[in-house]
Amino acid sequence: MNPSLPFFVLATLSVFSALMVVLSRKPVHSVLYLIFCFFTIGGHYLLLNAQFLFAVHIIVYAGAIMVLFLFTLMFINMNKELEPHKTNLLKVAATVAAGCLLLVMVGVTKGAEKLAAHSTRSDVGTVANLGKALYGQYLLPFELISILLLAAMVGAVLLGKKSVE
Amino acid sequence: MNSILQYIPLNYYVALAAILFAIGVMGVLFRRNAIIIFMCIELMLNAVNMLLTAFSTFHGDESGQVMVFFIMAVAAAEVAVGLAILVMIYNNIRTVDIDELNKLKG
Repeated sequence: MNPSLPFFVLATLSVFSALMVVLSRKPVHSVLYLIFCFFTIGGHYLLLNAQFLFAVHIIVYAGAIMVLFLFTLMFINMNKELEPHKTNLLKVAATVAAGCLLLVMVGVTKGAEKLAAHSTRSDVGTVANLGKALYGQYLLPFELISILLLAAMVGAVLLGKKSVE
Repeated sequence: MNSILQYIPLNYYVALAAILFAIGVMGVLFRRNAIIIFMCIELMLNAVNMLLTAFSTFHGDESGQVMVFFIMAVAAAEVAVGLAILVMIYNNIRTVDIDELNKLKG
């Protein structure tokens, strides 16, 4: 078997499901396609030997964020299935603008792989290695992230409840 | 255990991340439902995350993957607050269509 085959299969699935997120008319379908897209991106993490990120990605994105999206969508959009779309002119303009951006990004990043030598280490993404990095060099940002999450939680609760007065 | 980067040039990952990011940008410009726009922003964040991971594995440096971890935490905070704001907007004006949210227009 061609060893690069998993990459191409996963890449095709990612791009297809990402396109379907944008193009499908029902919001619930968009959410489901986005969940699928996140799983394929998780597959990319596995291919890149980043097991810790794979686990965190599945737990945080597929497990928490997408459930939040689905919940909010069902809370808000239960009655109307189809949303009105923008005019065709705006759609063409959006596609052309995104295509130009893609062109620029691919052009700018050409030759990026020549900036550094290919490392032969294969244990970069293990839990042990990342744990050492998180609790050593990145201890302060790691603790600050917890404060950020606490602030976000307080903010979400405050925004979500009915006003007191 | 070998990573896929022995068989795949790094450019392919750059191109894939650029495609996903461009699709996200297209979605933000394309759709009117604010929740879908939020989802497209998540898509863009994920494209960047994947590229950071690819470069981190390529260079053999774990800092990139630590950054991805932080980006995920910030994305989770952003989604929690953003969706709370959207629910509040819906409770007030009964729509999340961004073409209706033009009160700030001069």
